[in-house]
Amino acid sequence: MHELSIAQNLVEIANTAAQRANVQRVTAVRLQLGALAGVVKDSLLFCYDIASAGTLLEGSKLLIEELPVVIYCPQCQQTVALETVQAFCCPVCGTFSNDIRQGRELEILSLEAEEENEHPSHP
Amino acid sequence: MSTPRILEIRRGVLEKNDILAHHLRDQFNAAHVLVINLVSSPGAGKTALLEDTLRRLIQAGHRPAALVGDLATDNDANRLSRSGAPVRQIQTGGNCHLEADMISGHLSDWGLDLSQIEFLFIENVGNLVCPASYDLGEHLRAVVLSVTEGEDKPLKYPTMFHSADIAVLTKMDIAAAVEFDKPAALTNIQSVHPGMMILETSAKTGAGMENWIQHLITSREATFALVAE
Repeated sequence: MHELSIAQNLVEIANTAAQRANVQRVTAVRLQLGALAGVVKDSLLFCYDIASAGTLLEGSKLLIEELPVVIYCPQCQQTVALETVQAFCCPVCGTFSNDIRQGRELEILSLEAEEENEHPSHP
Repeated sequence: MSTPRILEIRRGVLEKNDILAHHLRDQFNAAHVLVINLVSSPGAGKTALLEDTLRRLIQAGHRPAALVGDLATDNDANRLSRSGAPVRQIQTGGNCHLEADMISGHLSDWGLDLSQIEFLFIENVGNLVCPASYDLGEHLRAVVLSVTEGEDKPLKYPTMFHSADIAVLTKMDIAAAVEFDKPAALTNIQSVHPGMMILETSAKTGAGMENWIQHLITSREATFALVAE
């Protein structure tokens, strides 16, 4: 179970970015997770709450976008998404391919943050 | 009052590890040290394979060394150091995988002169899940699968088998006794990693070990474009 260590890395990067941007509180973190990243979504969600406690991310939502593996099929000459990671072959023609075009992502895309308005408008 | 704000980040969660692994690889390349990350389940025979590998490389006049990850003991390092190769234990204290900063920390504490060795083996913690995500600066990731484990293991741990460069089957001497279905195992490995090289070995009888040793030597020569001696 390395998701806690992954969650700690994630929180460290996001919290540092939030501090630098002077935000008060992060409400959501968007993450892309490829099927080949070797990370279990539910475990990561569980660990995220633990790792984010006491940081600007405490109480925020981790929004995970899961990405399937996409390979390039040399036979069909196009990229195709795989439904499983048990067979690296084209679902259309059955040709094996190691040409991975997507699926290894473990990337923080963005943060949604709340911040005080320094100069609130007075109607 | 507060307003929502979107901050673009676009950064890899493991970038710190990846950057460190990149630096390590530069260091290994400069010293012409081929680094092999050995991964497997607990009990697949990584240590036995490594013990025989170190012994054979030394006999053939090469200079190997090993960093050995273990949750709590230094039994493996004691066993491996009998080969005569420099060996250092990394006790992970319960951590289920090795990370690049552990390699870098242990290398500097160890005081191993990289220019004096040709091969560095990193025996990862026995685990087919977590080590897959962590680049240690290796040139070759070898996944070790023993004949006692079941032919469907590659399908159960596709990420690890996909991330490896070579599969080493171990304990081939008892394949028949445990009714190892070799064709199924080979098919499953090829299914999750088309074209991956597969070697069959037995550290006990020595069968297949020469192929493995030769592959290591050839890989080192190819990686550093050395002229064969």
